[in-house]
Amino acid sequence: MATTQPERAVSDAEIIARICSGDEGAMAQLYDRHSRVVYAVALRVLSDGSAAEDILQDVFMQLWRNAQAFNASRGSLAAWLVVIARNRAIDKLRKKRPEEEAAETVIAVDTDLENAAERNEAIEKVRTVLAGMPAEQRAALEMAFFEGLTHVEIAGKTGQPLGTIKTRIRSGLSAVRKAFAV
Amino acid sequence: MSMHEQFADDLALYALGALQGRERAELQAHLTQCAACRRELQHLCGDMGLLGLATMGPAPPPAARNRLLSALAKEPRVPMVRKEARRWWLMAPATAAIVLAVVSVLFWRQNNALRRDLAQQLTQSRQNQAEVERAREVLALLSAPDAMRVTLVATNAKPQPQGKAIYRPQTGSLVFLASNFAPLPPKKAYELWMLPTSGAPPIPVGVFKPDARGSASVLMPPLPKELEAKAFAITIEPETGSFTPTMPIMLAGGQ
Repeated sequence: MATTQPERAVSDAEIIARICSGDEGAMAQLYDRHSRVVYAVALRVLSDGSAAEDILQDVFMQLWRNAQAFNASRGSLAAWLVVIARNRAIDKLRKKRPEEEAAETVIAVDTDLENAAERNEAIEKVRTVLAGMPAEQRAALEMAFFEGLTHVEIAGKTGQPLGTIKTRIRSGLSAVRKAFAV
Repeated sequence: MSMHEQFADDLALYALGALQGRERAELQAHLTQCAACRRELQHLCGDMGLLGLATMGPAPPPAARNRLLSALAKEPRVPMVRKEARRWWLMAPATAAIVLAVVSVLFWRQNNALRRDLAQQLTQSRQNQAEVERAREVLALLSAPDAMRVTLVATNAKPQPQGKAIYRPQTGSLVFLASNFAPLPPKKAYELWMLPTSGAPPIPVGVFKPDARGSASVLMPPLPKELEAKAFAITIEPETGSFTPTMPIMLAGGQ
């Protein structure tokens, strides 16, 4: 049996509007759409399923309490949730208090990630960029992103000069953006 | 207006929360005065979001969803009222009353149309629900740990590790079933890879760990549509998954 489902017609922005009016069903819909990647990021950072589940809960509860903080014109909700989950997970990993409220996190993404097909295409592009990146650069980027290491710590760990690590991290992020340049 | 190039590296580190001490303080001071660098910081956060979206991993446990929904029920949201709107009401109550009256008339006129739409949507919703229920039943069977899984082999052969990938490029749908897989050391997992026909690098499809009987499944992972695959392969990776496969390949198969 082949079960094909139509592309989701309801946008994230519409669901957020329903959440703002207190619709719990809309929150469940958003959770079903984005929980997997939020959990995956937290798990990758923390390597602990229970701790990753706490981050997942925390991120979605923050959205519930402060849904109006997300403005669709600021960027993709999926990317916004991922950044908040990553930052919260890094704070937990480093036993730091969060320095920034979710509402203060502003992102800009110049590609449309509204529906699943567009998100999948973007994911494919990013994976292709990472696969084509020199191993040292990918390692520096992953240490900064998934382990929350500072450039000083990464330089100490890899034996590479500070300036080299800084440039590798910046150009790594830049390479991701260039993959979406028109 | 473009960002200040001398802050380019530090902005990336700042976005990642990796900038410390004097450099951080200097950059924060600059950001209060420079809109171009603030904009670049937002783009760097966007780049981080894209990077994070490509993270592979298992779905959260079903209990996590129930936990969230229970927490929501205990903390009902009060529909948002904008502060600006409140001030406006205080300043011009008569105008507000007129606006309300006009809106009420418009709502009344639209009422019948909305009722018809609602009825149609309810019918469509019921049909969708039935399809979803059937799909859930299939997925529940495929992933049920207590389901009977039997691999048929020649009567004199010892059961070997075996993986079956069912993939539909048009929709990016994939179901993978594993049997007779050996247990792994702690912190390790098997990872399924797709090898695109285009010759692009292998795509991580999903990580999995076999249960006590050596069975596992990867069901409907997020994959791009219209991507032709020439083969699938399995490697052993850290349990959080990898971006590129670690040799050796444990199992592989293609058309």
